[in-house]
Amino acid sequence: MNIQTPVNEVRELRFDQFSSSESLVKASEQAHKRKYQDFLIVDVDCHHYETESHGEVFKYIENPVLRRQAIESASRGGRSSMLGGSVGYQDIGGRITRHWLRGKEKVDDSSRHRDIAKSLRWMDAMGVDYACLFPTQMLFLGAHPQAEVEVMMARAYNRWLCEHILAHEPRIVSMLYLPFNDPDATYQMVKDFGDRKGVVGFMVTSPRYKPVHDNCYMKTYRLLEEMGKPLSFHAAYNWNDQSLALTNKFIGVHALGFMWFNMVHMTNWVVNGLPERFPKLKTMWIESGLTWAYSLMQRLDHSYKMRTSDCPQLKRKPSEYMREMYFSSQPMEMPDDPSILEATFKMINAETQLCWSSDYPHWDFDLPGVIYDLPFLNETAKRNILGGNAAKLFGLDMKPVKKIPPLA
Amino acid sequence: MPGIFVAKHAALKDGDRRIVKTTRGEIGVFAHSGGFYAYENKCVHSGGPACEGVMMPKVIDILAEDKTYQGQAFSEDETHFVCPWHGYEYNVKTGVCVGDPRRKLKSYEVVLRGDDIFVIA
Repeated sequence: MNIQTPVNEVRELRFDQFSSSESLVKASEQAHKRKYQDFLIVDVDCHHYETESHGEVFKYIENPVLRRQAIESASRGGRSSMLGGSVGYQDIGGRITRHWLRGKEKVDDSSRHRDIAKSLRWMDAMGVDYACLFPTQMLFLGAHPQAEVEVMMARAYNRWLCEHILAHEPRIVSMLYLPFNDPDATYQMVKDFGDRKGVVGFMVTSPRYKPVHDNCYMKTYRLLEEMGKPLSFHAAYNWNDQSLALTNKFIGVHALGFMWFNMVHMTNWVVNGLPERFPKLKTMWIESGLTWAYSLMQRLDHSYKMRTSDCPQLKRKPSEYMREMYFSSQPMEMPDDPSILEATFKMINAETQLCWSSDYPHWDFDLPGVIYDLPFLNETAKRNILGGNAAKLFGLDMKPVKKIPPLA
Repeated sequence: MPGIFVAKHAALKDGDRRIVKTTRGEIGVFAHSGGFYAYENKCVHSGGPACEGVMMPKVIDILAEDKTYQGQAFSEDETHFVCPWHGYEYNVKTGVCVGDPRRKLKSYEVVLRGDDIFVIA
């Protein structure tokens, strides 16, 4: 006998509406099945689209001339932009539907900022307790030709983020954007914002052309070390970079670009002895995946043994310093042979140094399952990577606070 | 043979699809090029709603006789559906994962009984 399924159990697809919770219902099923409610999950790298709040952010631009330029430039639309943009097609030609549907998401709760409401929706759906929120378009601002534009936007965005988001939602934290092209403004940013609610560190966007070992940054590293705030390097690409411009597809510039700048900065950071100069300054390397670290550790160690004169400040092999740094997991490479991934985890001392990240809502986001389902990790290691390591680094409470939506 | 009612034949036109909820999970039923195809709505990658994304023709590179690259085009022979979470593509006629052909979605038989379409699950 055929079972006539009720109409409400056969559904049509809708491409005229969007809900973060509904689009992630299968992530919620995974969260229930794996009992994420029982332990802490911290996402050390997720995003919002700050461009949607430019109207609010621009009001915080301190210089009236630049403020007017920003407002006028944005209002024209379609012509040149004061802030610049990025060449690319991250949504794979419309295949990642949330990129073009998310504008249709309704938020009825007007008591809190739309970005808070939307963030909490996907966080709960995935089983995330705390999330470290970063901007999207500003990740490319380090390559802007006008240093004062980077400074202006960094200060305006950070003030807006602190006052509109972080002050109102304890589950959302951030490592604030540093305008690294202006070393004095970078130092002042740490001084001015280091103690604000929800500020758990500071972030440098990696695509840029000022080396991290320049003497002009030492006072900032010292200040961060004194404050006990971690410094992170968030990867991105610059398709106008002379080397990366040799690639002709996004897959190429993404695969290389998100590693390239962090490989350069990490190399300079280590061989110039910054871990020896600032031994208590914690660093985190974000959104480069893991294979680059596995490779660079071996490359630098191999050369170091022959060329110690290049880096006389080092008292140990480069990999030993790198193994004490923090790494975010996404986009975590998943080789067919899990023993390769296991070796990578061992190389970076993942149990204490790796922090899970989603990168949601970007195109290549990861769910907590990329860690939880690994066959070679015990329960303690899984929980450390999914939340414990980040909680320790950021000073977060270990008690889970998420509300995973009940299953239908 | 048991089956789950999907839709009236006239209601499921070429290019349409339905998501059928069963006690063992969801099934995506596609009407495509005069045939019906049904697959488990669970991406082989990270469990996303594989059957709920856009439909797109396969993209092909155009090479000339001398092997020079002449641009790209959409295939007229092969259509994919795309998992909306990360872009994993599947051949609508086989359920084979295009990026990793060793893997495919679990498929289900679709039958037409009179004017009614059923999926056998």
